[in-house]
Amino acid sequence: MKDYGETLLALAESDPNVVVMTAENRAAIRGLPEKLRGRFVDVGICEQTMIGMAAGLALRGRLPVVHALATFLTMRAFEFIRTDVGIAGLPVVLVGGVPGFLSEANGPTHQAIEDVALMRGIPGMQVVCPADGEELAAALPAILASRRPTYVRYHAGAPVTGTHAPFSLGKAEVFGDGFDVAILTYGLLCREALAAKELLAEAGIAARVVNLRSLKPIDETAVLVAARARLVVVVEDHLQTGGLTSILAELLLARGRTARVRSLALAERWFRPALLPAVLEVEGFTGRHIAERAAAWLRMPEA
Amino acid sequence: MTQKTFRLFPVTAEHDELSALALRVREHVVRMATRGGCFVGASLSCADILVHLYKRVLRTGPERVADPDRDYLFLSKGHDVPALYGLLAELGYFPRERLARHLDPADSIYWHPNRGIPGVEFHSGSLGHLLSVAMGVALDVKLRGGPNRVYVVLGDGELDEGSCWEGFLVASALGLDNLVAVIDRNWFQANLRTEELVPLEPLGAKLAAFGWAVRCADGHDFADLDRAFAGLPVVERRPTAVIAETVRGKGLPSLESRADRWFANFSAEEVEALLAELHGIRAAVITSPTLVVR
Repeated sequence: MKDYGETLLALAESDPNVVVMTAENRAAIRGLPEKLRGRFVDVGICEQTMIGMAAGLALRGRLPVVHALATFLTMRAFEFIRTDVGIAGLPVVLVGGVPGFLSEANGPTHQAIEDVALMRGIPGMQVVCPADGEELAAALPAILASRRPTYVRYHAGAPVTGTHAPFSLGKAEVFGDGFDVAILTYGLLCREALAAKELLAEAGIAARVVNLRSLKPIDETAVLVAARARLVVVVEDHLQTGGLTSILAELLLARGRTARVRSLALAERWFRPALLPAVLEVEGFTGRHIAERAAAWLRMPEA
Repeated sequence: MTQKTFRLFPVTAEHDELSALALRVREHVVRMATRGGCFVGASLSCADILVHLYKRVLRTGPERVADPDRDYLFLSKGHDVPALYGLLAELGYFPRERLARHLDPADSIYWHPNRGIPGVEFHSGSLGHLLSVAMGVALDVKLRGGPNRVYVVLGDGELDEGSCWEGFLVASALGLDNLVAVIDRNWFQANLRTEELVPLEPLGAKLAAFGWAVRCADGHDFADLDRAFAGLPVVERRPTAVIAETVRGKGLPSLESRADRWFANFSAEEVEALLAELHGIRAAVITSPTLVVR
């Protein structure tokens, strides 16, 4: 399987309009400068300038794929994204590194836990949150082909499943067909949600996991079918406000539906900085935690 | 650099046509400054710069709006767009009659640039954006080996924005010598003089220290502007900055350098009086309580 850098390089080699940019964040694209030469642009630690330049390049027909840490990309440069890329609807791909829990021990300055809320709030902006490196690589060609502004919540972790369903914008991937519990999640936490599904099965609880790798556009059908479960659990390494919890609430409201929903997300706080396994443990987001919480919620009498 | 007193209009024969055009542009600006108003002061300060760029410098025109080899002009200090709209209409980018629909919701000519209007390369209004957008265009031109030059007009007050200085650093690092920043140095922020609020001087030395080739000109003197834009790039591998000294409200002595004339909404009678003043007939007396500072 090609990693992210190799996938991006292959796309850039097949389409001369692809320009790879970074604000001095090269972790995922280290091999590209010598291969792409002029089409690799490192502007230094200047996120705003990078976004403005990406808009200018897009005006000339380029397809800029820009890289920075998710916090600085979506917040330092927010108004540039909204005003230069968003208003014009330019085909700029914004790749945000170490989002959510992936910032690990960096501390709150580096915790992008509002990035989904910010990016999906921009009219026309697509939001893609891959569950692993394979899904990220599969999503990239579809995103570039869409010619739309897109935020990618970068996650290139080890595969969470044997083979993913083919990637398509606006299409979720559904694991299992249980209607006791439906777990809606995205990104890094897909792995934990799938582990929770197995644990629940051992306890005789039939669960399904909906991997919402495309948060915007959202797969309304997959979400509304999942909402028929006895319990819907949203699991996200994001603030409870503005992310998938909010998306679900908005969708149910818009369709005149109700569901019994619980949310495992960050409510009005940043998370405790540590290495990833410890973060999952201490914040209560491991598969075991998710399964235990879901089983407990299921046992509670329905209001 | 100190503030100077400028002639109202240059008188050299070869610039008569530009002077006449600039006068018509100023008439459009004044006419747009009613029934809701517009940012009249900045529009008048940059009118001569824009006229000069479009007539003497830019290799572009209404028939070339989609030509990838055209020169680009980005108006970063977007609130002076009435001057650009007035000029684009005069140059035939769209009918002059359209200017009368300023602020009409049925059209789309509003207080800041709309790239839906022919000739407007990009929207602006939020300050400190279009230097970087212009840099992206300039970089693409470099990558493709195109002949174009990319001009971006910045306000001096706009230079408070950190993104401008980020852009100055990066443009220099990338060696974008096809990029020209034109700074409308009218010495005013929205409410105060630049040197009273956040002093910019020595501005030329700052830009030079950031790796730019710097030229200064009288932004109301076409002969001086000719000299400033001749022989670009000034230095290979370096972007060029032209600091154009201007007077806010230029052409209307009753408005010049009045802090409360940044945004104005004149009565119909005041518009007539200002048009008369523009033609040197008599000074206008502006008393309208509709004057607004935004």
